[in-house]
Amino acid sequence: MEVSLFDLQTGQKAIIKRLKEGEMFRKKLASLNIRVGKTIRKITAQPLRGPVVIEIDNTEATIGMNMAKKIVTEPLGAE
Amino acid sequence: MKILLMGDPNVGKSAIFSRLTGVNVMVSNYPGTTIELKKGKMKLDDRLVEVIDVPGTYTLEPASKAEEVAVRMLEVGDVVVNVIDATNLERNLYLTLQLLEQNIPVIVVLNFWDEIRHLGIQIDAKKLEAYLNVPVVPTVAVTAEGIKKLVSRLPEARAHANKYGEEARWSEIGKIIREVQKITPKKHTFLEKLEDLSVKPLTGIPITLSILALVFWLVRFIGENLIAYLFDPLFELYLSAVTGLSNVLGGGGIIHDVLVGTLIEGKIDFVQSMGLLTTGLYVPFAMVLPYVFAFYLVLGVLEDSGYLPRLATLVDAVLHKLGMHGLAIIPMLLGLGCNVPGALSTRILETKKQRFIAATLMAIVVPCMAQTSMVFALLGPYGIKGLGIYFVTLFIVWLALGFLLNKVLKGETPETFMEIPPYRIPYFGSLAKKLWMRIRSFLTEAIPFVLLGVLIVNVLYVLGIIDWISEATAPVIVGIWGLPKEAVASLIVGFLRKDVAVGMLLPLGLDMGQLIVASVVLTMYFPCVATFVVLFKELGAMDLIKSTAIMIVSALLVGGILNALL
Repeated sequence: MEVSLFDLQTGQKAIIKRLKEGEMFRKKLASLNIRVGKTIRKITAQPLRGPVVIEIDNTEATIGMNMAKKIVTEPLGAE
Repeated sequence: MKILLMGDPNVGKSAIFSRLTGVNVMVSNYPGTTIELKKGKMKLDDRLVEVIDVPGTYTLEPASKAEEVAVRMLEVGDVVVNVIDATNLERNLYLTLQLLEQNIPVIVVLNFWDEIRHLGIQIDAKKLEAYLNVPVVPTVAVTAEGIKKLVSRLPEARAHANKYGEEARWSEIGKIIREVQKITPKKHTFLEKLEDLSVKPLTGIPITLSILALVFWLVRFIGENLIAYLFDPLFELYLSAVTGLSNVLGGGGIIHDVLVGTLIEGKIDFVQSMGLLTTGLYVPFAMVLPYVFAFYLVLGVLEDSGYLPRLATLVDAVLHKLGMHGLAIIPMLLGLGCNVPGALSTRILETKKQRFIAATLMAIVVPCMAQTSMVFALLGPYGIKGLGIYFVTLFIVWLALGFLLNKVLKGETPETFMEIPPYRIPYFGSLAKKLWMRIRSFLTEAIPFVLLGVLIVNVLYVLGIIDWISEATAPVIVGIWGLPKEAVASLIVGFLRKDVAVGMLLPLGLDMGQLIVASVVLTMYFPCVATFVVLFKELGAMDLIKSTAIMIVSALLVGGILNALL
């Protein structure tokens, strides 16, 4: 089952499957090591169309809402 | 020879720079602390070589103004010290591999070496060195661990002209990581739990409000007590000395008035006398410095802890409605200390529109600590009401103006995309160093202007220029703002120093409403000359004219509305 990072449940771990936008977007995300195949955990989403916060490796990253909608993930089984 | 310190943002380049050169630079725990090149010298084999602290960049394909600066530096450098965050090896290696394609000698520094153990990470530095075929030195920059080793191995830096391309870089990194890094899952520490709690809205917003309230209370508490128990007693002692001087000079005359000022009811009044040796010293040392000290102490802790990027995340949605994004909270916070570093730090924003809005809002609405200290002195006696109306008015203007500018201005506001560093316990040494740097720049840059301001007040009064100007400006000052026409003197001095300007309101005998109007107008109408110069450099002439026009119009408008309401 694939869901966008925006729709992913808070606290859920997931693998990034694909990105719904081109080169520039991919490169931008890659600067924080957010790439297809990486495992991330969604920490929270801010209200009022605010950004999503994820954990990746040992850092956290803040990602704008529209960007989060373009990141397709597959949730990992419940731990 | 030029040595470049390069690496991702927030990996500790500036801390290493300080260690290598002995030059103190700002070090904080948020990406983008360093926004311009910092240069220093270090000794290497009895030669003096130049070391350049380059702003952080994730790749050699820059995304912001600060990153562009970084990439351009590659052309002039002779050796690159590539600083890596050891707790984030995989991501940091991307820039390393790019650097190894540039045919410039590289040496790699694995910083935060002390932190990896707590995180359950093991890195085989020897193996990494073999893979990259350049020296790899583990360091802990804040405690100087590994710095000597780094210096001794600098000559071993080696150049490569690999041809990877993006795909190959990542697969190469994957291979390296599998070989040199081992991760064993660890239980979450208290700080790590706090990291989650402080970005989740339900807990994060109350935490933020408590922190902001605590900051405000601490700054006033520390400032007031420093004044009451240290600076006022000191000036009490000093009073007898200047009173002696006043008597020697005969209690009047031009020299007396310039040095000691005018006597109020036969006595020296440190705030109102307006002499170089009385008000000129009392305002900066006994009224402003205590608060500047308190503010920068608290700000330093906030910066070094790693809280600011979390604050930026929480306020991101609101700032978007004002045409900026979360990181714009940093220019605003720095502006509360002094508008000059506030204006400079707008560089961390990506687009021209964001930078214009952030710089304009900061310059119009954010009062610097020097000004705030004087407003505390002036409106403090009216309790929470006086200060409350002042700050709430500025906040509303900030929101309204930002909203308007966002609607009117063309251009884009990209979405937030930033790294949030882990929480770290601030090091006392680096906190103290940073505080001292900021206090020193206040002492050396502000005090000459304060003295100049006081001198100009005297000259203007002696030559009768104030009377002449105040007649001309009376329609605005009296008609729109409801202030006495003499208040124009304060606006004139406000170009130089806002603290002196606020102090000049005191002898005018204003009521609370007028004091609030005057304080708000003084905050908004124009930036001080130091900020103006920096804004000119950052925005260019055209945008500065626009920004200035917005300031004047909004000061007229807001002052007029407040006057009608209060």
